[in-house]
Amino acid sequence: MKRLKDSLKDIGRYPSAIIGLLIVLFLVLFSFYTMWKIPYSDAIKMWRASESVVYKNPKNARPIWVNWFRKAKLPASADVIAGEDDSFTKESTPRSGGGNTIEFVYTFDFNYDEFPQDIFVYFTSNYETKNPFISMSLVTPSGENIKITDTGITRYQNYRFEQDENLRTRLKRLHRGNEPATAMQGLFTKLGSDPVEIDKGTYQLIIQATTFEEGSDVNAELITHGKVFGFFGTDHLRRDLKVAMMWGAPIALAFGLTAALGTAVITMFISAIGTWFGGWLDELIQRITEVNMVIPYFAVLIMVGTFYSRSIWTLLLVTILLNMFSASIKSQRAIFLQVKESTYIEAAIAYGASDLRIVTRYMIPRVIPMIIPGLVSAVPSYVFLEASLALLGLGDPSIPTWGKVINDARMYGAHYQGMYYWILEPAVFLMITGLGFALLGFALDRIFNPRLRGM
Amino acid sequence: MMMQTEYIEELHKDDALPSETKDADDGFVLNIDNLKVYFELRKRAFQHAGFVRAVDGVDLQLKRGETIAIVGESGCGKTSLMKTILRINKPTGGTIQFDGEIINDFKKNELKDLRLKIGYVQQDPYGALAPFMDVQTILEEPLKINGVTDREERIQRVRQVLEEVRMTPVDDFLRKFPHQLSGGQQQRVVIARAMILNPILLVADEPVSMLDASVRVEILKLLRALQEEHNLAVIYITHDLATVRYFSEYIFVMYAGQVIEKAPEAQLINETAHPYTHALLAATSDPDPKNVDEFQEVPAGEPPSLVTPPAGCRFHPRCEKIIQGLCDIERPPEFDLGNRHSVACWLFKDRPALREYSGVSE
Amino acid sequence: MAKDKSYMHKEAIEAAKEKALLMSKMTDTTHKTGDVRHDLLLSIKDLRLHFETIRGPVQAVDGVNFDLVTNKAVVVVGESGCGKSSLAKAVLRLLPRNVAHYSGQVVLRDEDTMALSDEEYRERVRWVRMSMVPQAAMNSLNPVLRVGDQVAEPMIVHFGMKKEDAMQQAALMFRNVGVPVDFLTRYPFELSGGMRQRVAIAMSLITGPDLVILDEPTSALDVLTQANIFNLLKRIKANLDTSFILITHDISTSSELADIVAVMYAGQIVEVCESHRFFTVPRHPYSAKLMASVPRLREREEPEFILGTPPSLINPPTGCRFKDRCEKRFEKCEQEPPTYRFGDDSVKCWLYEGKSEE
Repeated sequence: MKRLKDSLKDIGRYPSAIIGLLIVLFLVLFSFYTMWKIPYSDAIKMWRASESVVYKNPKNARPIWVNWFRKAKLPASADVIAGEDDSFTKESTPRSGGGNTIEFVYTFDFNYDEFPQDIFVYFTSNYETKNPFISMSLVTPSGENIKITDTGITRYQNYRFEQDENLRTRLKRLHRGNEPATAMQGLFTKLGSDPVEIDKGTYQLIIQATTFEEGSDVNAELITHGKVFGFFGTDHLRRDLKVAMMWGAPIALAFGLTAALGTAVITMFISAIGTWFGGWLDELIQRITEVNMVIPYFAVLIMVGTFYSRSIWTLLLVTILLNMFSASIKSQRAIFLQVKESTYIEAAIAYGASDLRIVTRYMIPRVIPMIIPGLVSAVPSYVFLEASLALLGLGDPSIPTWGKVINDARMYGAHYQGMYYWILEPAVFLMITGLGFALLGFALDRIFNPRLRGM
Repeated sequence: MMMQTEYIEELHKDDALPSETKDADDGFVLNIDNLKVYFELRKRAFQHAGFVRAVDGVDLQLKRGETIAIVGESGCGKTSLMKTILRINKPTGGTIQFDGEIINDFKKNELKDLRLKIGYVQQDPYGALAPFMDVQTILEEPLKINGVTDREERIQRVRQVLEEVRMTPVDDFLRKFPHQLSGGQQQRVVIARAMILNPILLVADEPVSMLDASVRVEILKLLRALQEEHNLAVIYITHDLATVRYFSEYIFVMYAGQVIEKAPEAQLINETAHPYTHALLAATSDPDPKNVDEFQEVPAGEPPSLVTPPAGCRFHPRCEKIIQGLCDIERPPEFDLGNRHSVACWLFKDRPALREYSGVSE
Repeated sequence: MAKDKSYMHKEAIEAAKEKALLMSKMTDTTHKTGDVRHDLLLSIKDLRLHFETIRGPVQAVDGVNFDLVTNKAVVVVGESGCGKSSLAKAVLRLLPRNVAHYSGQVVLRDEDTMALSDEEYRERVRWVRMSMVPQAAMNSLNPVLRVGDQVAEPMIVHFGMKKEDAMQQAALMFRNVGVPVDFLTRYPFELSGGMRQRVAIAMSLITGPDLVILDEPTSALDVLTQANIFNLLKRIKANLDTSFILITHDISTSSELADIVAVMYAGQIVEVCESHRFFTVPRHPYSAKLMASVPRLREREEPEFILGTPPSLINPPTGCRFKDRCEKRFEKCEQEPPTYRFGDDSVKCWLYEGKSEE
């Protein structure tokens, strides 16, 4: 194997190989980072998008960095918890008659050019029998004090600005002549402005909570749903796309590598054993290979996905089974036929080597340099295979993969609504993966097959 | 592979009766009796198309510590004979006795013991070594396969055998790969590997023909030294008669699958009997300045096909001394010329016959 | 189909045809038919060919000088790795891509072929006046072309002959080398090793060249086939105006054809000696050792072997390159010896200092 190591040093001579290697290394490191940063169980939870997990995310938000390219800045999202954040203060003063008066003040700057999607306030409180009471109002930069709501709250109360009819009515009355379509518009438009102008400046959201019991307390968490969120944006189910983008890497690599490696190793053994033992076994294997070469395996996978199971493990297994008898059996067989006649194999028989030993220790090592480039180049094709199936809707729905994201994007009209990021992000990741492995594979091919060296 | 019953009978027609086989206690390493090795030709997977009669009735005895040479041109069957002795091929007829046991039908486990006792040195030193293994690994393989599990023991033995083939300092060579060694060094490794299991018989198939002329002598002398040190029986197979003299006591000359002459070395060269042997000797040049002015006499034609060999004596189409009506019809028996020298040629029909080959061989 | 441009090479074609016809009438005698020329055919002066490799330049041919006369054969002997095959390539300008240095003079009759451009060389010299039978020639035949076509090809390519005429010539050559004419339509794999070798020889002779270089022509062949081929070469040498350069490591067979022996060691010619003398009392210590290492059939002496290995051609040692293996070495051998002449012979060894022109 020393010659193998010498050959690998040759990689340094090809700039394309170095780039490919760097990309592959980056993907591998990125995968490890992902698995550490967002453990798998968390990722699955985040992808399943149950309410409690995704409530903080806006729907269909663009990635934060689009604001770099826009003149009209989109509002960011925010998530503040009273008392924990300097911008959201909480002051509690006892009152006569039991309980406390708690004043929450959230101070924020709003200098964007578009309205947020929504604002939620999550109240949590504890009490025995008498539930607390809150009163919320917004002070705009131009000095308006707009009443938002007066209401009693329960232990878990979720107040959504856009869902309050009263608020909307009030706001319509406030902006008479320029009826706001949404509550957000009503709250953030400068009064009397025509055309509609956003009131930019510092706002204060004041919440007055009153508790009636000893020990009763209220906590508030305020969530602003902007139109941008995160580095990758969100999708229609409020899922942060970073889950899919990041986790797509280890999944793609795992699938691609397992499929490529599994297929290559099994194919090697099959061709070696067939060629060594010859006779009916060899004939059988060749006929199976020939039939298999003709079968359109993508169609078979579609059938399996449609009728049987879309689990990624099934997919992996069927892929390996279908590719075990691939055309490389034929080319490997050509090499094995030659190797079989070698004098050192004859010598091995003479000193008593068993068939298995000859196949594994004397024949297979001859073909390993030949399959390595093929193996590396095959990884992206398996990655694309999985992505293609996902894109057609046959992917594993519970697992965040790049192909699945493209599928969602297509199904939920990303290209009609200008949400190009939704398609481009997974596509770029797929392309980079393909590029990295292809460059590396091609360079390896040139190293192990010297005849291509001139190119 | 279906063989007609008459054919089976035909193959065993001239076999010696069991009571006539030599006793193992005579110190015979090899006792080959009327060996036949035929390969079936097949047309289109299942159609029988004749046999290649690679070895067609060969007798050979080899005592412990004796060196013999098997000489002949390519296609004469010496390689097939050797491979059958090593049981890489299976004999089609006749018997091979190795160290007292008949090995024709040995199964895998019995063959394993056999393989421990025979060392095999091949012609192509580079091809005989796995290119991806270093010298130490190559030499350890036979030991590992045959149950030497202790690593220290193995390395010890490897060092020992490398010293025996004069590859010193040993440490320089252990980690080298075949392509880093010269032809002579590669062949020494092959010899080391053949010796590593302490065989009693060494089979060397053209061990020096792919080496430079100046290295040949080195390797032949090494083989001779090893043979003397270990009292090995050696079968030296070659087409180069000039080297045979330095290395063998007794010579078998083969042509078209049959042994046509056998004699001790001096006898063969000085009192050559068979016309074919004459031709071989005449064609073997010594570096003599007179050669450039003389033309060599070469028998016309080429060695015959082994599928449809000529009737009678297989050399008759090329022989100048052919006796019409005899040589082209009947296969000559082995005639005894005294001094352990015998020849299968009708020119000597007045001598006593050691062995007859009955009937017409097709 | 190519046009018949044979009119451009009428003379050369006539000469080639005549040679082939002469060959067919050759008998097994060494008597020359008529006057045989012994004029100077080839003169090689200071030929150097170095290859570029990862580990440094390989000085395969490092200052080779010798002369060859018509109708004679010179045998270049040496161990493997001494540069003899590279010498053949250097003389015929069959250069690989990694040439580091190529210089010297190769004077054929009166023309220094080294001075010609590649195209001129290809048209006028290679395979017209000089040709080659490469090592393992049996494997250098194109496996997908019929042998007849391959043998006829030089006539078509170099002389612009029509295919039918060229095939006729090929048929004549086949007869001359002893290959049955109906083999013209066969493929190389259908022929035995000996037959393929003869085909390669026919291919090298068909244009009637003045010089044929044979690189290990019989190394893989049986003894009887080898004898046949050498008989053929002897006949050709005796009767046609063709000379041979035979390259081999096998001294025994070289004696069948050699009129002159040139010994090559580590890229240099260390001795040129007339063959009768060489096979009895060669001059250079290396030649003596080579002769002593040959196993002989007809003599009872034990051959000796030469200790050590030839030096690497990448960094050849300074001084005499054989000094590390020579028993007769002395202090002067640290410097590179000059070549001392003894008539047509020469020796590159300090032992002969002051003894030239005996």
